[in-house]
Amino acid sequence: MPTPTPTQTTADSKPSDSPDPDEVIRTEKLTKVYPGDIRAVDELDLVVRRGEIFGLLGPNGAGKTTTAGMLTTRVLPTGGRAFVGGVDVVAHPARARRVIGVVPQTNTLDRSLTVRDNLFFHGRFFGMSSKVSRHEADRLLEQFRLTDRADVSVLALSGGMAQRLMVARAVMHRPAILFLDEPTAGLDPQSRIALWEVLGELHAEGQTILLTTHYMEEADELCHRLAIIDHGRILAIGPPQELKDSVGADTIITLSATRRPDGSVRDLDPLAQILRDRLPGVRSVAGADGGLRINILGADGLLPAVVGLAEEVGVLLSDLRLEEPSLETVFLEMTGKELRD
Amino acid sequence: MATETVSPSTGPTPIARPSAVGAFVALLQRDLHVLLRNLKEFIPRTVLQPLLLVFVFTYVFPKIGQSVGGTGGAEDFSTVLVAGVVGLAIFFQGIQAVALPLVQEFGYTREIEDRVLAPLPVEWVAIEKITSGAVQCLIAGLIVFPIAYLVPATPVNLQFNWIVLLTLAPIAAYTCSALGLFFGTVFNPRTLPVLFGVLVVPLTFLGCTYYSWQSLSAIPWLQKLVLLNPLVYVSEGFRAALTTTPHMSLWAVYGALIGAGVLFTVIALRLFRRRVIS
Repeated sequence: MPTPTPTQTTADSKPSDSPDPDEVIRTEKLTKVYPGDIRAVDELDLVVRRGEIFGLLGPNGAGKTTTAGMLTTRVLPTGGRAFVGGVDVVAHPARARRVIGVVPQTNTLDRSLTVRDNLFFHGRFFGMSSKVSRHEADRLLEQFRLTDRADVSVLALSGGMAQRLMVARAVMHRPAILFLDEPTAGLDPQSRIALWEVLGELHAEGQTILLTTHYMEEADELCHRLAIIDHGRILAIGPPQELKDSVGADTIITLSATRRPDGSVRDLDPLAQILRDRLPGVRSVAGADGGLRINILGADGLLPAVVGLAEEVGVLLSDLRLEEPSLETVFLEMTGKELRD
Repeated sequence: MATETVSPSTGPTPIARPSAVGAFVALLQRDLHVLLRNLKEFIPRTVLQPLLLVFVFTYVFPKIGQSVGGTGGAEDFSTVLVAGVVGLAIFFQGIQAVALPLVQEFGYTREIEDRVLAPLPVEWVAIEKITSGAVQCLIAGLIVFPIAYLVPATPVNLQFNWIVLLTLAPIAAYTCSALGLFFGTVFNPRTLPVLFGVLVVPLTFLGCTYYSWQSLSAIPWLQKLVLLNPLVYVSEGFRAALTTTPHMSLWAVYGALIGAGVLFTVIALRLFRRRVIS
């Protein structure tokens, strides 16, 4: 459906006051400092282009929700600027709300209304005539497989259905950008996959989507581009594959060793040294969780080699794993901590 | 500023014309829809308390010969009470229709988070709540009035002052609704019992509902103290509008109600904004 006009990639030369129409979101040094000098978001520069699914990935408390809050006019920035659909969210919040659709973390459906009326009145709030709003509500109920629930109270919906209804409501007024804040947190696996499908369909219709998540599988599965953020700053930005490639390894080995008979932890430095010196393709060896993490590029037959080298220095391995780099690895490399702390 | 490029990126033709005024009207429409849907809850919650009040004081008491209403006797008391009951119904509706739902929306349902995403300034969302609450206050006053007139065992002497009634009723409804918004933004589910126990109960007992303000001249300190209570002006205003009972100066009634309405609106709007925008 969307036919983006081919544009020259001259966005850099444009003054920021006349935004590229393909830029659905632009932030410039966007900052939020809460009382007590808590820098939730720290000089964030971000561009989201039309038609992409963009992810903000980071642990809880990284500043994802605050960023989404500022872009959706619910949190006032303390510095910098932000535009959605070309509208300055601080100067014209009411106008900005016309071009955004929001699916928040918590269920904010109107408990006093039926499923259908939640959509009907949303359409009315956004300037649809009663007739159009009724028609659009029915169309969305169909699209989101909620038609058989149309006339029940929203209190009677399951978590997954309530979530679908919130997505339907958020896209009803055809927003330029759909925000989803931790959309699958608290959903069962089946509902999660169903929601991913829904988002895939919306994307196919041309919907631009920004989602925040701390599930790397979700970010990997859905997003065309990602910003990995921590402590309110972007650590890395790019397509998931590119980020994973940036680790500079195609294989990650993690190992842990048995303790000595007296229960003390073995010194793994000699093992680390011998791995650095003699394991083929080794890029780096680092301590991790009482064991070692080894990044390797372009080598085969690694596991026997690792076991052999461990034996040479007299270390007995209790666990040995080999995997491809994931977004988790990327985060670990950049922050030294796990995403799901 | 190039801020005119606000047309949604998808969708072949514009199917909506969003505007702040349109959103405001639609919010009112939603509230009216919910009110009509919930009439079977609205009517009992509005009617029952005044009905019992009128029934006990002006039907049961005269019938069992218990004295009430001082030297004037039962007949005068029924007349004094009619204004108080209407005022009380309006006052309570401000709490029930505005404050309580808002405390819920802020504390538990978080519905307010979606409401403030509608394409209008957040202050308008708050003003819409006052407006819709004021309409419900008026309806409450209207359905309670026949009770205060018909239930008493002794005759109620009514004399309408239409000009006062038609101007005072909307002002009183607005002020009570704005007070409801103020309470709704200040209290949370945990502190809600305080609202009732520490504020609403004294306000209603000392709101010149069961007696006229003039009659308090026997207790000068109390007569001055109750001037802080907005319900006093509502009751006294309706006394002037509905009966020939002595009442407070209308200047004071209108002045205080308008002043309180403006004050509550300004404070409540500020608190409301602070709670929805961080």
